[in-house]
Amino acid sequence: MDFIVDIIAKYSLVRMLISFLLIIAIVMLNAIVMGYLERKICGRIQRRWGPMEVGFHGWMQMFLDGVKLLAKQLIVPREANPFLFRMAPLLCFTPVAMAFAVIPFSESFYAMDLNIGLIYLLAMGSLNVFSILIAGWSSNNKYSLFGALRSVAQNVAYEIPILLSLLAVVLVTTSFNFKEIVDYQSGLLSFWMCQPVAFIIFLIAGCAETNRLPFDLPEAESELTAGYFTEYGGFSFGLFAIAEYGNLFIMSSVATIMFLGGWNGPFGLDFYSGPILGVFWFLLKVFILMLIMIWVRWTYPRVRFDQLMNLSWKYLIPFSLINLLITAFIVKII
Amino acid sequence: MGTLTTRFSTIQDPDEKHRFLLNMGPQHPCTHGVLRIVLEMDGEYAMGIDPILGYGHRMHEKMAECRPWSGFYPNTGRIDYGGAIPYNHGYCALIERMAGIEVPERAEYIRVITVELNRISSHFLGVGAYVIDLGAFTPILYMFDDREDILDALEDITGSRLTYCHHRVGGVSKDIDDVFIRRTRALIKTIRSRFDMYDRLVTGNIIFQKRTKDVGIIPVEMARRYGATGPVLRGSGIGFDIRKNEPYSVYPEFDFDIPTGENGDAFDRYMVRMLELEQSLRIIEQALDKLPDGPVMAKVKRIKLQPGDCSFSVEAARGMLTYYLVGDGTNVPYKLKIRVPSYSNLSLLEELCKGSLIADLVSAMGSLDLIIPEIDR
Amino acid sequence: MNHYFSEIFTGGKSLLDGLVVTFKALISPVVTVQYPREKIDISPNMRGHIDLVKDLETGQHRCIVCGLCMKNCPCGAIVVKGEKQEGVKGKVLTIFNLDFSKCSLCGLCVESCKKSAIDFSDEYELAAFSREAFHFDLLKRVQQDDTK
Repeated sequence: MDFIVDIIAKYSLVRMLISFLLIIAIVMLNAIVMGYLERKICGRIQRRWGPMEVGFHGWMQMFLDGVKLLAKQLIVPREANPFLFRMAPLLCFTPVAMAFAVIPFSESFYAMDLNIGLIYLLAMGSLNVFSILIAGWSSNNKYSLFGALRSVAQNVAYEIPILLSLLAVVLVTTSFNFKEIVDYQSGLLSFWMCQPVAFIIFLIAGCAETNRLPFDLPEAESELTAGYFTEYGGFSFGLFAIAEYGNLFIMSSVATIMFLGGWNGPFGLDFYSGPILGVFWFLLKVFILMLIMIWVRWTYPRVRFDQLMNLSWKYLIPFSLINLLITAFIVKII
Repeated sequence: MGTLTTRFSTIQDPDEKHRFLLNMGPQHPCTHGVLRIVLEMDGEYAMGIDPILGYGHRMHEKMAECRPWSGFYPNTGRIDYGGAIPYNHGYCALIERMAGIEVPERAEYIRVITVELNRISSHFLGVGAYVIDLGAFTPILYMFDDREDILDALEDITGSRLTYCHHRVGGVSKDIDDVFIRRTRALIKTIRSRFDMYDRLVTGNIIFQKRTKDVGIIPVEMARRYGATGPVLRGSGIGFDIRKNEPYSVYPEFDFDIPTGENGDAFDRYMVRMLELEQSLRIIEQALDKLPDGPVMAKVKRIKLQPGDCSFSVEAARGMLTYYLVGDGTNVPYKLKIRVPSYSNLSLLEELCKGSLIADLVSAMGSLDLIIPEIDR
Repeated sequence: MNHYFSEIFTGGKSLLDGLVVTFKALISPVVTVQYPREKIDISPNMRGHIDLVKDLETGQHRCIVCGLCMKNCPCGAIVVKGEKQEGVKGKVLTIFNLDFSKCSLCGLCVESCKKSAIDFSDEYELAAFSREAFHFDLLKRVQQDDTK
């Protein structure tokens, strides 16, 4: 036992390998749990049970779906660009896994502690536009192209409110490091209370970034068959779905860290905090936010494309700019 | 099937080389059946729209020429499977008018009750399908849940849940009993209590309003030119309803309104359908209160369809339905023509949506509430 | 300017209202049943395929081979044949076949039978691998069936 701990402490390569494996495992686990929860909650909102066949209340459903997807043939259309077509799901999945490297689950449970953690995370989050565009273009399918083009405009437009609303928090804490931001929030004051506008804007823009309803135009199921992943079957489609749930987790965890106090216990009581319990509080907050996103998805219809742009440029950006100005003003004065 | 050709085999205008043809093919999640629409796209704007029919042609009118008039009942239930009972009613009333048969009063009241119940379930189906096209997946399931009460009640007396075959020439085939009356009164109360929930979930939702207001505005003269009827016409402000304009059966004895819209956009058509639900509930209540006793089937001797023609119009859930029959002295019709409301409503689509976004095209088409097998017959 | 803010306010309220409705549905009981493990009772008036009715007193069917059901069927799904046997008044039924793949469940046969010899059954779980499974021999069914 000591021998193993010695090796882990001495060779950083071993640590990297372990954290890499853990990250992949967490991403997959997240997709499984979120996929199952989404189907169950969707079912209950529609007053039916959801998956019930395999296992007690269908808890094994996502495992069997994964097996089914693995067993299917990966078909490449004849006129499609073979290299790009196969690259696109991998390009979608990789930034998600890389972004997970920086997310702190508690004070001592993280893979990397970067000083510019926030910027790194946002950069990874904007890479998914690439993969959608490549997927839509290389499929040689008019419907996929539609979905891809819509997605580019949507993602670019909604980057700005995300950045502006997070900037408001950064202005107060004067740091990009996740640990310092969460430490700033210990005590009764969490940022969602002193920056409510930024919180709401971030949630809406985060919903749009991850292409979830009511902003899921790239994969609008009733208008364009399936949008940018029409031609994908088997595990390529599975990778897209895993990446979507991964993106959802990343957005929710950024919201938790920046606005809800990360791994702190409620009401700042030190008794409930700690390295292990911190994980529990963090995951609880992230899951509550993700459940709200699922709840929203099954309630609203889809917005139209120009209304989407309107929402971003005419409503979210002005409000986040004004919020930023007021925050800067107050920070300078006080 | 032969070649179903489209007008857009090549792009019309040589200057517009960047346009392309998009096929909203026979298999598509939102075309409500097997309808193929060829779109000439300029980016996201649909500059040309060409609907191609015929994928669901089942030769109902030809079948009417090959079997005796009494063998056409099951076909009437399958032309429009969403709201089948008015089709039964129209055909039976047509033969009755041609042969001069008196229908007992109790049978007329039962006919009206079943027609109005079917109208409610058809509107639930149409509106639910419309909202799922827009992306909201839950309201359709709530509406299907409400439809279950109606379908259970109708199953008890007709025996079927969707493709009804209940009305006969001379009356109805099965009488209603106390169980049905109790069930219907209970479901009137249940459905009334759900309107508030639909208001909050769908009608008041700002995203829904933005998708449907000012989308697919049908001016009155366009509706007149294409012969649109039903909620499509009433949404533009004209209160034309066969039940009031050319009254038939016992509709003159009931007190009900015809809801109309103002602007003729998709939201008005949706509101007209939701308000018609309440009016149908009123008619059913009054019919249950006034239900007379008596037989439900008149004595019908062998009918030979006399030479000449005859027509009968009823108000189906989607608009004005007309049957036109030409007889030749035998009991097999010489020609039966069915004028379905969705055919005229679909023909509006090209002029209505020229130059609009695909999302608006989907919204406008859903608000017309088409059932494609009815168009193809 | 006023319209801008009022739209945000009413819009936001309507969105929250919608969320309340779905939350209420989330905590309400489920309305579906887990078929095939649980089944709902079928209404006795449901139209299944037709069957010859076994008369409770005589223990036999009531068909007199008048052929009205065969004549009135618009789909040609019924074949009824009988023969004259000595010592028996009227015809005796020898063949009564129903081709259920052609039947449209209109009910004209049941209505036209003067002796109420045929009636709808309540079978609805009729999935099979071949067309022949839907060619019912109703005479054999009524003679075999002792439990009805």
